[in-house]
Amino acid sequence: MILEAPKPGRWAWFGWFSIVFLIAAQAISIAISPPDRDMGDLQKILYIHVPAAWNMGICYLLVAIYSLRYLWKRDERNDLVAASAAEVGTVLNGLTLALGMIWGRPTWGVWWTWDARLTSTLIMFLVFAGYLALRAFVEEPERRAQWSAAAGIFGAINYPVVYMSVRWWRTLHQVQSAPSTLDPAYTLSLRLNAFAILFLCIYFIRRRYEAALTERVAEQTLQAAVLGGAARG
Amino acid sequence: MAFRDDWMRARAVAWKDLTAERRSKAGFNSVAALGITILVLFGFALGPDAEAIRAAAPGALWLAALFAGVLAFNRSYQVELEGGALDALLLFPGSRRSLFAGKLLANFVFVLLLVAIVVAASLVLFHVAVPPTWPAMLLVIFLGAVGLTTLGTFYAAMASRSRAREVLLPLLLFPMLVPVLLAAMEATKALLAGDVMRDARAWISLLVAYDAIFLSATFLAFDAVIEA
Repeated sequence: MILEAPKPGRWAWFGWFSIVFLIAAQAISIAISPPDRDMGDLQKILYIHVPAAWNMGICYLLVAIYSLRYLWKRDERNDLVAASAAEVGTVLNGLTLALGMIWGRPTWGVWWTWDARLTSTLIMFLVFAGYLALRAFVEEPERRAQWSAAAGIFGAINYPVVYMSVRWWRTLHQVQSAPSTLDPAYTLSLRLNAFAILFLCIYFIRRRYEAALTERVAEQTLQAAVLGGAARG
Repeated sequence: MAFRDDWMRARAVAWKDLTAERRSKAGFNSVAALGITILVLFGFALGPDAEAIRAAAPGALWLAALFAGVLAFNRSYQVELEGGALDALLLFPGSRRSLFAGKLLANFVFVLLLVAIVVAASLVLFHVAVPPTWPAMLLVIFLGAVGLTTLGTFYAAMASRSRAREVLLPLLLFPMLVPVLLAAMEATKALLAGDVMRDARAWISLLVAYDAIFLSATFLAFDAVIEA
């Protein structure tokens, strides 16, 4: 299938919008949310840690959806979207883990504990690091697309099973944060920041997708030139 | 009819693999020796205190089976790739799933024998006594071997045909196998302690669920993976 290079469109504006939105959301939450009774200003980590974790879930869901779509429609662009979502999801996953550790050290007294959610988040990070390694080690585009589609879907299916198994194994983390489990003073800030990270996430996925697509178009053009055909218009 | 044909093809592939293995024996012998070597190394890491070694036995024996088994999964496709035998296999009429089923069956027998040897070795090296609940223990070994083999055979179909297969297969496989390993280790631990808390049952049902999910998922996805 011959691919078309992406058109720049208005995505650059969306990028600027999401960066400004994130800065504003951070500024507002730091200004309006009172320090926590026990944690003080340490609580501000919440505004990146929790949105990063939520959006990581959205990214992995996108990987599964676009991988399924690829296997169904065999349109290479679906594979490139899945790959971009996996890249952004892995970065957010790493961010969630790193911020969680920075937060855990002063509040729980340890950098790491083998609790269900921490451990399953770490395992997801490793699963998707494997996914990205698979993509890096396979050159042929169709093969890479089919294999990584399978790996992406399996990774997503595995998450609930990993979570259950580690949870049975041992558990300690507090209940999941949601606007309803928080003091109302923090909910607006959390929601704002969740959307800020979501916009940034959409923008990054789009840019990575454009880069991947451009690279594939360049490969196809080169191939057509080498074969001496006038295949590309 | 179609199912019967597939089953006959799967059996033929499995029989071919097992015959090749039985005639050369080099593959199985070296993998089994590696399994025992890993157990010995775990002994050095954890011992020499007899009590500590006994407590760590369930973890050590499943990890030894995993590390040694990974080599078997890559091998099972590698032997096909030499001389282009895989392409010839794919040219045969009939569904690709029967090829996967055959490979799966052969690898399963291989891993089951490997686990049997590793368990026997750990009875001696790790001072483990055969528990009165040994029929349940056999069930755990069976289900654990199914879990390891299913994803192992599936991912090896990709990894063995990529660059850097030695690192890619474990990197893809180990995080995916976390639930099987945890469940198998915990069930083994519970059963070796006489299952006084009755928690082996929950782990066994987790093993059943995992095996069912990934057996169906791999059979559905194998066509896409092998044709590329």
